[in-house]
Amino acid sequence: MTLPQIFFLITAFVILGSALMVVTTRNLIHAALWLIVTLFGVAVLYALLNAGFLAVVQVVVYIGAIAILFIFAVMLTRKEMRDRGPQLNRGWWLSGVIAALTFGGLFWLLQAWSGFSKTAADFPSGFDAVGQLGNALVSPQAFVLPFEVASVLLLAALVGAVYVAFNRK
Amino acid sequence: MIPLSWYLILSAALFSIGLFGVLSRKNAVAILLGVELMLNAVNINLVSFWRYGDVSMMAGQVFAIIVFAVAAAEVAVGLALVISVYRRLDTVIADEIDMMKW
Repeated sequence: MTLPQIFFLITAFVILGSALMVVTTRNLIHAALWLIVTLFGVAVLYALLNAGFLAVVQVVVYIGAIAILFIFAVMLTRKEMRDRGPQLNRGWWLSGVIAALTFGGLFWLLQAWSGFSKTAADFPSGFDAVGQLGNALVSPQAFVLPFEVASVLLLAALVGAVYVAFNRK
Repeated sequence: MIPLSWYLILSAALFSIGLFGVLSRKNAVAILLGVELMLNAVNINLVSFWRYGDVSMMAGQVFAIIVFAVAAAEVAVGLALVISVYRRLDTVIADEIDMMKW
């Protein structure tokens, strides 16, 4: 066991434990706070994978914007928050079976793949991952069109969200 | 070094937990929380395939960024719908929102 492996196992334990809390806890505010723990664990994984820019974006966008939006939504729909009665559907055990089957199927598919246990090569010397990512996002030979489409989608979605949630009274 | 399989198994497990949340929760906001877990599992996969493949091909990271943008759009519209429904029907239980049921 090397140090990165121990670090990975601790992070994975935190991610899976807090994700289980997100889907099982009764109080929705607590679920949103557990989601923040999960998202932070995923940011640590990005840092382990040498994707520093994505780790920062994960903290700023996911934790800073999306998780806070969830907390606001829970507070605005507060009457249901204290959760009288069960939080899960009557057929929740069936959902558990489907989720377990999905995991089993994915695992079975993956372990048959030849590249399953390969390890990462070191970066080439002088390789600048963040600079390459920035170039790829704005270069016409690479991903400038998907990037612009994503920004238009975001704008349209935010205008639509304001329109849908607007109180016309 | 950490083998690729560890990341893939973690992401499959996170996806399954999110799927369980989406299928079993009653509250519409909790269903959206499950969707967020599934999107994060996909992102872990994308970034780990970038790192374990050819690192000069940035497609994995670029797609992860686009998933971020789509997730933000999805949450904004989804929560706006939930708040709008809550105002009209006074409920956020997904089973009780059945105005469009034939």
